[in-house]
Amino acid sequence: MSTAFTAFRALVRKDIALFVRDRRALVVSVLTPIAVAAFFGSLFGGTGSGGSPISRMPVGITDLDNSALTQAVVESLTQDESLDVQMLPEAQARQLVKSGKLRATMVFPAGFETAATGALVGLGKMPDIQLLYDPSQSIVRPMVAGLLTQHVMQRISRPNFIGGTRPAPFNLVDTAVTTGPRYNSYAHSFAGMSIQFILFMGIDAGITLLLMRQEGLWRRLRAAPLSRGVLVGSRAVATMLISMLILTVVYLVACLAFGVRIAGSVPGFIMIAAAFSLLAATTGLMISALGRSVGATRGVAIFSVLVLVMLGGAWVPSFLFPEWLQHVTEFVPTRWAVDGLDAMTWRGLPLQSALAPTAILIGWSVLFASIAVWRFSWEDG
Amino acid sequence: MQLVADRLHKKFGAITAVAGVSFAATPGEVLGLLGPNGAGKSTIISMLSGLTKPDMGAVQIDGRPLGTGADPGKQCIGLVTQEITLLEDLPARMNLEFFGGLYGLSGHKLAARIAAVLELTSLSDRAGDAPKEFSGGMRRRLNIACALLHEPHILLLDEPTVGVDPQSRNAIFETIEVLAGEGRTLIYTTHYMEEVERLCDRVVIIDHGKVLADDSLSGLLASAPVANKLTLRYDLPPDRAALTEITGLPGVIQVDLAGTQLSVSAADLGTAAPRVLERLAARGFSCQELTSRRANLEDVFLALTGRTLRDA
Repeated sequence: MSTAFTAFRALVRKDIALFVRDRRALVVSVLTPIAVAAFFGSLFGGTGSGGSPISRMPVGITDLDNSALTQAVVESLTQDESLDVQMLPEAQARQLVKSGKLRATMVFPAGFETAATGALVGLGKMPDIQLLYDPSQSIVRPMVAGLLTQHVMQRISRPNFIGGTRPAPFNLVDTAVTTGPRYNSYAHSFAGMSIQFILFMGIDAGITLLLMRQEGLWRRLRAAPLSRGVLVGSRAVATMLISMLILTVVYLVACLAFGVRIAGSVPGFIMIAAAFSLLAATTGLMISALGRSVGATRGVAIFSVLVLVMLGGAWVPSFLFPEWLQHVTEFVPTRWAVDGLDAMTWRGLPLQSALAPTAILIGWSVLFASIAVWRFSWEDG
Repeated sequence: MQLVADRLHKKFGAITAVAGVSFAATPGEVLGLLGPNGAGKSTIISMLSGLTKPDMGAVQIDGRPLGTGADPGKQCIGLVTQEITLLEDLPARMNLEFFGGLYGLSGHKLAARIAAVLELTSLSDRAGDAPKEFSGGMRRRLNIACALLHEPHILLLDEPTVGVDPQSRNAIFETIEVLAGEGRTLIYTTHYMEEVERLCDRVVIIDHGKVLADDSLSGLLASAPVANKLTLRYDLPPDRAALTEITGLPGVIQVDLAGTQLSVSAADLGTAAPRVLERLAARGFSCQELTSRRANLEDVFLALTGRTLRDA
């Protein structure tokens, strides 16, 4: 066994031993992503099995018409599992929306039934339903408006309101479309949080190298007959292995406790995990090359990682971003990591779908490693 | 193995840290590099250990130039850094396994060497404990042990006793003496002259990146214009006539009076001291207190630079 290989192995083993013995690092890198991912996963719909109740949106209704139609619509809205309906006087409902206790309130005006049924067959003017909503939650208005339209149309089109036997003009059939077995929001949240906390671990690896330089350990290592490749390469490999270890443990928990499945290609999942681990390792090296003081470097690095994971869709899926931002985030490596892990888990896509994310993550890693080698001050410390 | 520093130069920006330093260290010899803080000792050690490339000049081990990076010549060198460079959270044994691994040691050979260095540094019973639980002296000893695992022919010790208690310092000195007795080449940097006087066969005095002197301790004391010192305290200060008489005595080099304290520098205290006391007594000056001190490296440094080691 060559001296270089023995030294390489000793350096990698040392980094892993230090990580495993550091309880704080273990908690931050393994337990925290599991806890945060479990929280976010439950917020965004859980396992998708219908086991957990959907959070109902509190809305108010003021019925000034009190007709058969409005009573039927109110009954229908009350039965909607998306809504938590309260019948209230208009002034009180308005006050509760202002205070944020209701997301919105609907006011049916007097004479609504007469006007609405007439308007439906082309007689008279359409009545107004007043929708009062909380402007701080922009998604509420279109959601409530949509549900209201749906329930009014379903009721008004029934024979007892417009005569004849015409059925409702449409049926709405909901079907979740995914190649995977079933959408599981934990799969996305575990991908996002793994990526966030592994990048934090990458920062720690870079900061540790800065500390090693400050404390003289780096100088001591350089006194051994070892090339730069062995010294820096071993550090990158150790960080990669730790990252893979974290991903394995986190996804094991995700599978066993939260029903996450690698419904797509397992080799594809491993490829993306390895490419992202390389990215985390080279991020650490770049930080150690660019950083000067530990305190300042840590602050800037954490801020950068938070921006990266936010734009990468680790907190909320990137398809919720505005269109322009979705295009911009195609240049963000974490977006490819999150989307790649999503593709291999709940989307259930094949190996080919892992090729582009893997290649792009490796490309970014090469860039980061090149910056690290270019800027690394070999003789300092 | 012989280690030669041949006209080493090193600049950091506009600052010249080392300016043409040359010396040679031979097997079985403890060579002391003595100089104040900032004299360039650590930069010289960096070049001797292959950490820093000299701007000019070369380091040679048995005639072969030493490079940086993965130069195989570094396998012959053990470096004990000024800082304690241990993995504080890992047990002493794992630290030793790690540092042994850096030099290609593994398996039974590594285990045997770990046992040997633990024995040499009297740490065998603490092998399972982490350095963070050690005293300062024990950590220093483990730091030395880490540099000995690969049995280096040349050992560079850069101020290895900083911050340790006298007992641990003695233990470190004993370890160094054992290593020198084994025929290794040792270079020891310090700014404590007492350590050099105790340990070193030869002393290279460095200041402002230059070699001021390179000789054995006795050679340095003999060659530099330094003297042993007699300090006397009187109730009344000796008068001018008494001082003139003492200054004229054979062997007396210099006489200084500060208040009631008289300092007499002499080549040989044994002959000068009785004469000084006798003449002053004859003039009615009764000595209240007497101390003597032989010349040391501090005086040599003072004579060479006009400054003391601690002032420099």
